[in-house]
Amino acid sequence: MFRRLREPADPVTFSFDDQPLRAARGQSLASALLAAGVDTFRSSIVAGEPRGPYCMMGVCFECLLTVDGVRNRQGCLVEVRDGMVVTSQHGACALPAGDAR
Amino acid sequence: MTARILSDAGSIAATYDLAVIGAGPAGLAAAAEASRLGARVLAIDENAAPGGQIYRSVTRNSPRDLPVLGQDYWNGQALADSFLTSDLDYAPGGTVWSLEPATAGDDGRGIRARIGISLNGAACLIDAKAVIIATGAMERPMPVPGWTLPGVMTAGAAQIALKSAAIVPAGRVVLAGCGPLIYLLAAQLLDAGAEIAALLDTTDRRRYPAAVRHLPDFLRSPYFRKGLSLLLKVRRSVPVVSGITALRILGDRKAETIEFHTGHRKRTVAADCVLLHQGIVPNINLASAAGCAIEWNERQRAFQPATDTEGGSSLPGIFVAGDGGGIGGAQHAEVCGRIAAFAALRTIGLAVPETALAALREERRRFAKGRAFLDTLYRPAEAFRAPPDPDTIVCRCEEVRAGTLRGIVALGVPGPNQLKTFVRCGMGPCQGRMCALTVSEIMAAERGTSPAEIGTYRLRAPVKPLRLSEMAAMPPSPSAVLAVTGRSPDEGP
Amino acid sequence: MGMTERFMTKTNISEIAVIGGGLVGASIAWGLARSGLNPLVLDGEDLDPRASRANFALVWVQGKGMGAPHYALWSKASAERWPDFAAALHADTGIDVSLRQRGAFSFALSQGELDTLHAEMKVIDRETDGKAVPYEVLGPGETRDRLPGLGPDVAGSIYSPADGDVNALRLLRALHAALKSKGVDYRARHAVERIEPLADGFRLCGRWGDLFARRIVLAAGLGNAHLAPMVGLAAPLKRSKGQVLVTERCAPFFPYTSATIRQTDEGGVMIGDSEETNTSSTATNQEISAVLAGRAIRVFPALADLNIVRSWTGFRVKSADGLPIYEQSAAHPGAFIALCHSGVTLAANHALVVAPQIAAGALSPDLAPFHSRRFHVPQAA
Repeated sequence: MFRRLREPADPVTFSFDDQPLRAARGQSLASALLAAGVDTFRSSIVAGEPRGPYCMMGVCFECLLTVDGVRNRQGCLVEVRDGMVVTSQHGACALPAGDAR
Repeated sequence: MTARILSDAGSIAATYDLAVIGAGPAGLAAAAEASRLGARVLAIDENAAPGGQIYRSVTRNSPRDLPVLGQDYWNGQALADSFLTSDLDYAPGGTVWSLEPATAGDDGRGIRARIGISLNGAACLIDAKAVIIATGAMERPMPVPGWTLPGVMTAGAAQIALKSAAIVPAGRVVLAGCGPLIYLLAAQLLDAGAEIAALLDTTDRRRYPAAVRHLPDFLRSPYFRKGLSLLLKVRRSVPVVSGITALRILGDRKAETIEFHTGHRKRTVAADCVLLHQGIVPNINLASAAGCAIEWNERQRAFQPATDTEGGSSLPGIFVAGDGGGIGGAQHAEVCGRIAAFAALRTIGLAVPETALAALREERRRFAKGRAFLDTLYRPAEAFRAPPDPDTIVCRCEEVRAGTLRGIVALGVPGPNQLKTFVRCGMGPCQGRMCALTVSEIMAAERGTSPAEIGTYRLRAPVKPLRLSEMAAMPPSPSAVLAVTGRSPDEGP
Repeated sequence: MGMTERFMTKTNISEIAVIGGGLVGASIAWGLARSGLNPLVLDGEDLDPRASRANFALVWVQGKGMGAPHYALWSKASAERWPDFAAALHADTGIDVSLRQRGAFSFALSQGELDTLHAEMKVIDRETDGKAVPYEVLGPGETRDRLPGLGPDVAGSIYSPADGDVNALRLLRALHAALKSKGVDYRARHAVERIEPLADGFRLCGRWGDLFARRIVLAAGLGNAHLAPMVGLAAPLKRSKGQVLVTERCAPFFPYTSATIRQTDEGGVMIGDSEETNTSSTATNQEISAVLAGRAIRVFPALADLNIVRSWTGFRVKSADGLPIYEQSAAHPGAFIALCHSGVTLAANHALVVAPQIAAGALSPDLAPFHSRRFHVPQAA
């Protein structure tokens, strides 16, 4: 977990697994989650092990999150926005069933 | 004059004189220089603000907000300002997913490359007469048992968190690895009030004799003065254990303790956050996927694109500048960027001040001083490059362990690409960024040869993932339709 | 042990050398070992073009062999032998290659496409006197009944229960593991550049040196083209480059397979296929990727939001008429060639039929239609 050196001057609110969290406008989603005490973002694909951010620069692909319905977004490259809906990822995604687009 | 900030794929022009990929020191300097010389420039960078990693968020921070960051960091502000006041197109938050050299016999427009860009959820292909790949470096993988646990990150990650979000690890922090950056980070974290339980220094003492040869140059370089004061400051405030020969991170669902060996002695220390670092290496994925020749740099113990003295790659019109072509640091990268800009513009027929170029090459030589000492001294010991414990995960994405890899090497496979197809290491989303070096090191160690002999993964677009729908929405060409369906588009279904 | 020491302890004389360690070479070498021989396998470099690493992993029969009923039936026979082949490989190595033979669809995105596919199936059926694999022609509603989630653009399909797929990369790994378990001498980085026929065998030469083999099997894929004439064989090839996209993993959504979309056992979705005949560059073509992506989404719209994580190209080992070449050299008996672009489908035949025939000294007359004399190429003396 991480702690903030200063309180966000211009905070935004987003949700992670249905929990409301605060963040500074413009910070990355990954850093916002770390600052909120979340260090596990997903389960690994093969063995279901807990995984969290490792490189914070878009290279390791560990910080994968579902953001506003879009899967496998790199949290360290996504800027937090007010009202963002974020969920952790466990297992392979199921494709949306049935009807054509 | 200000840069035009593009926020959707539709506003990117179809053709540019020069495309600069990456907005770290090399990319910023190259783009600004090229636009100064009259070229039509597009700068693309994944992050929302310029600066790359070393100058991360430099346009959003001030010394008042983050006093822990030193003057080296704030030097990036002038560079970013110069870039943002240049006459160029800038696509922040844009991902380059492909770079294709032009096929022979182009239409005479001088196009040397086609670039696939994804911006704000839409993909496009654009043409450029020259390209500068300035995608920088990444941390050398440090595969130790337990390195995949939450709470384990790189030193660079902690720096990025500090610079971009002003956050520091809470709880007990343990830093482990070698090289100047780990001491720099320790000093910054101390200043920010973090609790550093230990700094476990894995510097391989057997490297000292070889490094001593490069000492004179190092003593004359800026690295020495800065490095020494940093070292002393950290050793005064933090328990530093040197001569670490093995590490193991333990914990149930996240990092809880770290076990370390110094020779025969084993100890443990509690840790809530473990920060690993053993140097940085070029991020070669885009250059490799484009087809640039890749070579092994034995002194830096890493793969890099083969380049000439002006950053020209093996592909005409495609240049590499900055740490992505070989590690040299931020100031070295900036000069490389300007040199590559001159060279790129020369190839597209724009006038270039040759005397200025000569001066830049001299400046670059100055910034390269001291590097040899650091590279030699801080080469990680083999145990940290080719993990001995068979259960250590090497490919994090596909969870392939060192023992499995050694078993495949024993089948006699010709190289890392065959090994990759046999056990899927390198086939996950990171496309080998986290495992390629380790795989080559393991194979080299097993076969008693060098990674130069072994080689590394060959990559292809997409260099970063993009959605099928984005790919599908790009305009189809008649020859592509023919290749897929066997019919030309106007033939009808 | 270092590289040099390894070479010094190995023999430079072999009873039978298989040139090429891809799916064709490894299948045949394993079959030879099972027949009691002690083959030597010579394989190339890590980055040599290898169709074995660039295929669609299909065990495919439907639509094959129009104008060549012997090929339609050869493919069918191999698909029927595949379960035994997979079981034997598993017994030797413990590796499960995930063979799945539940049938496959060929999707038509227009009535015209469906009519073309149907016409081909009818011709093949007629030419094989009805012995070709069974199939059904399905309209859009029928196809959708069997495949929920199918897009509205699908105009229909051909379904055949005989088709399937496998994890082809694991298949190659299993074959190599099987070779090791049988003590077969496999040497990578031993590309053969020149073959000199001698009185009692062949000298094989490359950058690594040379060695002698009493008999040889050319299974070098694209490399066969320049090696074949050296031993009185012929392997005229035509250029055929294919491109494939792979997506990130998702939960199973398609329990069958097809030649353009299939889901691997790990969960990634493979999307193909394309053919370029006028380039020798291995680069992937993004415009082709765009067309492939577009068609895949028309078939299964739910794929739209999946990320493409990889794409690659491969050059099919396609003879001048697209059919395999199996032959023993008349001018230099003891030199065999096995060449095809369906190395996955035909792996079972190669291991269980062709290899024992080579071991016994001659190919069966049933394989005569695959002889290169059909190209009317003058044989080297």
